[in-house]
Amino acid sequence: MNMLSVRVWRGGGAADRGFVTYDVPRQPAQTVLDVVTHIQRCVDPTLAYRFACRVGMCGSCAMTVNGRARWTCRTHVEAVAGDGRLEIAPLANLPVIRDLVTDMREFFDKWARAKGQFVPTATRKDEFATVAPAAKERLAVDAAIECIGCGVCYASCDVVGWNRDYLGPAALNRAWTLINDVRDGANAERLAAVAGDAGCHACHTHQSCTDRCPKGLAPTASIAGLKRRTALAALTGAIR
Amino acid sequence: MSARRTQSLLWLAQRTSAGVLALCVVVHLVTMIIAVRGGLTAAEILGRTRGSFAWAAFYAVFVLAVAIHAPIGVRAIVAETRGAHGRGIDAAMLAFAVLLLALGLRAVAAVTMGPAS
Amino acid sequence: MTAGSIRRSDWRARGHAGWWAFALHRTSGLALAIFLPVHFLVLGSALNGAPALDGALAWTDQPWVKASEIALVFLLAAHLAGGLRLLLVEFHGWRAAAQPALIAAAAGCATLCALLYALNLA
Repeated sequence: MNMLSVRVWRGGGAADRGFVTYDVPRQPAQTVLDVVTHIQRCVDPTLAYRFACRVGMCGSCAMTVNGRARWTCRTHVEAVAGDGRLEIAPLANLPVIRDLVTDMREFFDKWARAKGQFVPTATRKDEFATVAPAAKERLAVDAAIECIGCGVCYASCDVVGWNRDYLGPAALNRAWTLINDVRDGANAERLAAVAGDAGCHACHTHQSCTDRCPKGLAPTASIAGLKRRTALAALTGAIR
Repeated sequence: MSARRTQSLLWLAQRTSAGVLALCVVVHLVTMIIAVRGGLTAAEILGRTRGSFAWAAFYAVFVLAVAIHAPIGVRAIVAETRGAHGRGIDAAMLAFAVLLLALGLRAVAAVTMGPAS
Repeated sequence: MTAGSIRRSDWRARGHAGWWAFALHRTSGLALAIFLPVHFLVLGSALNGAPALDGALAWTDQPWVKASEIALVFLLAAHLAGGLRLLLVEFHGWRAAAQPALIAAAAGCATLCALLYALNLA
């Protein structure tokens, strides 16, 4: 039987053990998540990892596979372990709770700091809002709205690693969808929230986020849009 | 003016100066490539630039754009390698801008004012 | 629950076109920023007359200086071309499929400039 040699990062909390190597039998159409699951069920039950849907819809299973952040349920072993070797580690740029599980609080806190929540202007007593699907703003929203908050872009961003305050691609991408949402009422605060050294202006267009996004989104493009809008707001005094 | 507004305007200043520099650098590259043929002498450079208002104006605009553009870029590098932003870095960058402006305008004066030899 | 260490990306996360473009842009920008005051000082020697400038130019006749000049021309042209691409991305909009081609074109133009300069030096 063909075997995979899999190095898995163990540790977190008090003690980091580093990479531990496991031998895992290869199976046809095997995914990296299958490999992690096999290790936890058949080899070492103390291995901690996250997953939920297993079918590429929830984003919970994101980990660093051979150095790059990916959804493990959607990563086929054949595509990444041609030579029979795999390296699995937790997502980068986030504190590790244990083994392959990271603490996502900072990721979602930054989402809130970027004012990434919809702020309504109408009530249930008002008419429905009409938004033309082909309107420029709606097209901009549609191009970026499918984010499910998996953290792959955040883990792939060098600027997040260099600048602890940087809001990151996901939070800024979400802010962009709300800036372009004609029903939203918080654009003034949102533009201020995403401007500056911790905001969109820290992006240097490495495009690692866009390169890695499992949903095919382009946070770089959203952030470029934010740069234009915040510059305009700064000129007109809308950001004081 | 809040820090966020300042930083947004810095970004705009850098991109605007970048646009100006794009034109200046193209002219500069072409000039250099042509001028360096057959060796470079002071007489050749000064013969072209001395007493020329056009060259003086061009190089002055070039220097001004660079004095805006370079320090803002270096600011990002310093902040990201040191892992922090701050007033100290901003002050140093302003000093760098002043240095570039002073040395640059001095160089412009040196090659455009005075006799042609 | 207390969370522990933070892992960082390594070189395997970086080998893509956009990242190389950034690396070249930052390196060239820094090199040019360091070079500029020197450049201005050399030109400023003309304040003391043409012979002073000729003296400075004679210093630049050494092979290592000439090699550095060619490198600087490449870095200047690369920073220009890469910068134009960034201005396109930030102001005109996103052409995701065209990015690797734009990056390659920028690198190509920069190399061409450096080559032209080097050939004219000879």
